[in-house]
Formats: sequence, C-alpha cells, structure tokens
Amino acid sequence: MTGPGPGPTTIEALVAAKEIVVVCGPGGVGKTTVAASIAAMAACHLGGRVLVVTVDPARRLAQALGLPEPTRSPSSGRARSASGAQQVAAGAFARAGWAPRGELWAEMLDTKRSWDRLVSRHAPDKATARRILDNPLYQNISGRFVQSHDYMAVERLYELHAEGAYDLIVVDTPPTRNAVDFLLAPERMTDFFSSRLLRLLTVPYRSRLVDVASRPFYYVADRVLGSQFLQDIAEFFILFQTLSEGFVARAAEVQRLLADERTTFIVVSTLDMGQVREAEAFMRLLRAKRLHPGGLVLNRVLPTYLTEGGLAERSEQLSARAAELARELCSGGRAMEGFEPALVESVLSEVGTNFSNIALVAKREAAQRGELSRASDVVASIPELAEDVHDLAGVLGLGRYIWS
Amino acid sequence: MREPPVLGRKLLFVTGKGGVGKTTISAGLALLAASKGKRTLVCELDAKGDLASCFETGPTRFEEREVAPGLWAMSMDSEASLRQYLSLQLRLPRAAGIGAVARMFDFVASAAPGVREIVTVGKLCWEVRERHYDMVVVDAVASGHIVGQLSAPQAINRLVQVGLVRQQTDWMLDILSDPVTTGVLVVATPEEMPVTETIELVGRLKNETTVAVAGVVVNRVLPELFVTREEQAFAALSQPSAVEALASALGGRPEPLLDAARLMVKRRRSRAAHVDRLRETLGAGGDPPVLLYVPYLFLRSYGLRSTRQVAAALAAELES
Repeated sequence: MTGPGPGPTTIEALVAAKEIVVVCGPGGVGKTTVAASIAAMAACHLGGRVLVVTVDPARRLAQALGLPEPTRSPSSGRARSASGAQQVAAGAFARAGWAPRGELWAEMLDTKRSWDRLVSRHAPDKATARRILDNPLYQNISGRFVQSHDYMAVERLYELHAEGAYDLIVVDTPPTRNAVDFLLAPERMTDFFSSRLLRLLTVPYRSRLVDVASRPFYYVADRVLGSQFLQDIAEFFILFQTLSEGFVARAAEVQRLLADERTTFIVVSTLDMGQVREAEAFMRLLRAKRLHPGGLVLNRVLPTYLTEGGLAERSEQLSARAAELARELCSGGRAMEGFEPALVESVLSEVGTNFSNIALVAKREAAQRGELSRASDVVASIPELAEDVHDLAGVLGLGRYIWS
Repeated sequence: MREPPVLGRKLLFVTGKGGVGKTTISAGLALLAASKGKRTLVCELDAKGDLASCFETGPTRFEEREVAPGLWAMSMDSEASLRQYLSLQLRLPRAAGIGAVARMFDFVASAAPGVREIVTVGKLCWEVRERHYDMVVVDAVASGHIVGQLSAPQAINRLVQVGLVRQQTDWMLDILSDPVTTGVLVVATPEEMPVTETIELVGRLKNETTVAVAGVVVNRVLPELFVTREEQAFAALSQPSAVEALASALGGRPEPLLDAARLMVKRRRSRAAHVDRLRETLGAGGDPPVLLYVPYLFLRSYGLRSTRQVAAALAAELES
C-alpha cells in the first residue's frame, strides 16, 4: 500500500476534489470577488453546476453575476435580495470570450429570510412559529444580532449542500468584527442554547424567588433592566426554547459539514501587515479546529520585477543624476531635443523616487509573502489591478491568476 | 450653529470598512490631539492589538496606560466595563458577586442586542462626562456595525421602559447627540467598496442615529507623479531612442523604472475616479462633511514613525 500522494498544488486541483469552498479572511481583502472568480473558473474548467453564495457584493460585481441590484434593508443596512439563486447567462460568458463546460449560479445571502425559515422549520407548530416571528425581540435578533450573519452563512451553506442541487458551492463569508467569528458561529449557537442562563431565565418567574443560588442573578438583572423587560425577555426565550433541540442538532451538523473532507477553506489576504497578521491567526485557528485550510490567495500584490537586483541602484542614480542626464538628453540631436531640461529633470527625478517608494513596499510584501506562504501548499497571487472588476470578463480575468 | 472642527470635539468615533486603516488614523489623530496639549484617551474597541503596534508599546488593556506624553491608550473589554459601571453607577453591593454579574452580562448581551454596545459606548461617554480627558478618540467597529453601536442607547430606550438602564441611557444620549461634543469620522480608501460604504454610512448616520458626522478621511491617497507638461516629457522618455540613451547612461535597463511610474500613474488615475465620486456624492447632500486627505505612506514597516506621519498629514489637512 502506498501512502496518500502529495496534496494539490494549484487552486484548480484543490477545488476539483471538493464540494464546498469557503472563502474567508480579514475584511477588505476582496473575498467576494475572489469567491466569484473561483466559482466562474470552476464552471468554465470543471463543469457541473457551480453556485457562488455572496454576502454583500459591490454593485458592479452583483451586476457582473446577474444578481439584482442589492437593496439595503433599513434595519441592518446589509444587502438584501428578494430572489434566490440566479444563473449567469451563457451569453455573458460568450461575450467575455469563454465557453463554460458547466453552469454558474449566484445567490445573495438573506440573513433575515434564513432566520425565518429556520424558525419555521424547528418550531413545534405553526402558532408558535408565528408568535416567535412576530415578537419584537426576535425582530431585533434576526435583523441586528451581529453574529447572526455569521451563523446564517454557514446555515444556508448546509441547507444548499443538503439539497444537493449543485456540484460545487463557493461561499463568500460575511464581514465580521474578526475573521474568526464566522468559524465560531455554530459553536456559539450551541453554547447559547445549552447555557445555564437560558434555563435560568425561562424558569417561571415566581419559582425563581425560591432558588437561593440564583437570587443574586435576578437581583442584579432586575435592578439593571427592570422586571418588566426581564419578563418580556423571559417570555420570548420560553418560546424560543421550543426551537432549542432543532437548533442545537442543526448547529452540530453544520459544524460537521465544515470539518468534512469535502469542504476546504481558502484564505484570502493582501500583503498589508495588519491583514497578514489576521490571516495568519485565522489559519492557526482553522488547524486548531481540525478544519481544512486548502489554499491561500494573495490579493493586490505588487509585481515581482520591482524587487529585481540592480534596479534600486539605477533608480537612485536616476534621481541623483537627474540634472546631468536631463541636460544630456535635451542637447542637440539627442532623444529629448526640444524639451526643457528642467522639465525632464523633474520627470527623471520623480521616476527615480517613485521606483524607490514602490520597491520599498514590494520588498516588504515579498517578506510577508514568504512568511505567509509557509502556511499553505497552495498559494496564488493576484496583482494589484488598475481597474475594479465590473463584468464577467473581469471576474474571469482575475480567475486566471488564481486558477493554475 | 457651526460645528467645531474635528479636533474640537470631545468624543470622536473613527469607523470605516475593514482594512482601510481605521486604527492608524485613530492613533494619528490621538497623537495629534495630545501634541496640541489635549489630555487624550484613545480606545480600541476590537482588541486585535493593532493600536499597541501603532505606538510600539506592550498590549493595551482595559486599564488605560500612558503611551506618549499626554496620551493614554486602552482596549475595550465589555465585561470589565460592565463591572466598573455597576460599581460606579449603580453602587451595587459587592454581595451581588462578580460571578453573578458575569453571568448576567452573558445573558443580557445575548438576549438583548444593544446591551453589549451600550456598556462599551457608556464607558466612553462616562469618560467624557467626568471630564477625565479633553478628548476621547475611539477606534470603533467597522462601518457595517457602527450604526448599531451608536443607535444602541436609543434602541434600549425603546425596549426598556423603566429601571436603571433607562435612566442611564438618557445622559448617554445627551452626550452622543450633541454635535459640539461628539462626532463620527469615517475613513475610506480611494477604492470602490470603501467609497460606496462610506457614502451609505454617512447617509445612515444622518438618518438612523443622533450622532453628527465630523468628517471623512480619505486614506492612502497616492501621489500625483506628473503634471500635464511632465506627462508629455515622460511619454517622450518612453520612446526607444530615449530608453537606449538612459540605458547606457545608467549602465542597465531603465524599463522597469518607467514601468513602475506608469503603474503608479494608472493606479492613481483609477483611484482618483473614486475620490471624485465620494466628493461629488457627499457634496450633493446638504451639509457635506469635511474631507481630509492622508497620503499613502511608503514605509518599510508600520509603527510609531508612521503614526507620527499620519498625525502630521492630518495636522496639515486640519490647518489648511
């Protein structure tokens, strides 16, 4: 028997062996665009039905994927969409110069609707479901509860995977306060329902007075919040607890799906120092949780030619000798004849300074890249592009850097 | 009434999309305030440790620590804040016990969204009310969460009709709603999503909170390499004869240097379009916020030196 062969070395090989790709990383690194690119490339090269679930796409990216313009819900400010998954038309691929082997579908996560569905599914009966859905505290929780976005993204992922309508699902993770919040969401949901506090709360109000051990708790809670509010909360949680069993079981299944061999995590980061730090912490957490960090995508990196040997010296010379070089170039019969030497001097000096500036950043990036790359066998880099991605051609153009 | 300039406020929340440099701007602003003789507190709400690296000090904690002359830094810990709040504001007997408090907080924070926020916002308002500092700069949560945080006292006011929390939120709202005292500074970079989020956020802050927008910082603005006449000269320098002349003068190929200049010009140009959109959209609304431009810093590493440079750039913008 031979042992397992070497793991994949390209994003293509990695994605080809998976059913779920979770695109994650610190905020502001371009996760949504990278997720769309991976899904589009998979549809082109691997075939099958590929779905990308996005959370809050830029307007032009949404258009590129054929998603309706995101409208912002007034309560949460997050993008909401009234429709489910949309197929990206084959014509759009043709216009971009591609003939996909498979289908590309896109869906925007709707947290509120996912919560409502979850409540309806786990409630013991329709009346209880209605009472929960109408409760003002529920509205608050589903619309504003910060962590609910995290939880709902994984919950929706589970639902889609279970439905089995897609060969590959690529999920863009929601913006969280901290990249790790997303990963901990199912655990937090379980903890919440199994916490002693929830039980404490849902004990009928009168019998609390008998329980000596929990008396200080109610004393503080009453003084701080007022007993009326406490009762409102208790009522809501008594209702909400009817969902507990279903929620806890479901959160455990969601957790299992994330840890499954068929799921891989692709971490996206720029080479900005703060984001590199966050990405490294995230990779460590993935391993600690026995999840599978499969690849690393470095976005908006400077071109490597900037760090080539000899260039730094040349740029310094250009700045230092700008006046002399300008005089020479502008003299009779030379390349810049007719230009004012002072003007050419300032251009040469600016070109030299600019190179020194960019090269400094490029060298720092190279060091960061070396460090980050050790954490993953699959590393892809996307250069800093002058234009934002605004159509499918742009999405696929980006994909070329990532794919193989 | 005319609102005071950015540094005239006593409580400033700095927010923006993730990755735009909120912490660096907060640190620079706090350093600037302290250098003007203001007793300043800078508070990091997400304890990621980035604030400490801006001052090259050890990790910041809930107990504030002087990190530069006249400048104290802390990181928020909602549980510690609640404990302080309970002992100071409610004069709760010690008998209530820390364990009970911690458990209650856990419950309250999970059950009623807004409670965690009001405990943290409350601590900052309290520092202002007690006049412990001349200025409190908050490295706040990202733009997706800031409205929820700043509107928490109102939300709690609606949910909780009586009780001590209700009394507590009233004075907090007074501080937050006073544009002379409190403001939000939104940080953006000249890119599509940060600009879009900034435009939306400015609108939401006006519509959904009582907190005034103190200004918008456009961070990491790339330098303008060439004016129009220089652009023509640069184009001529890219011709084969000029390139060859440069190659022999420098003893090596000059193309990478010229490519780097072209890269910068292109990047600057595409980013300028986003700055224009930001300025035009914000300008179209009534009462447009002040825009402050901070240049991209070409540095080997970030630390106290870059914080000082940001402070200097902000000073130049605020004085112009």
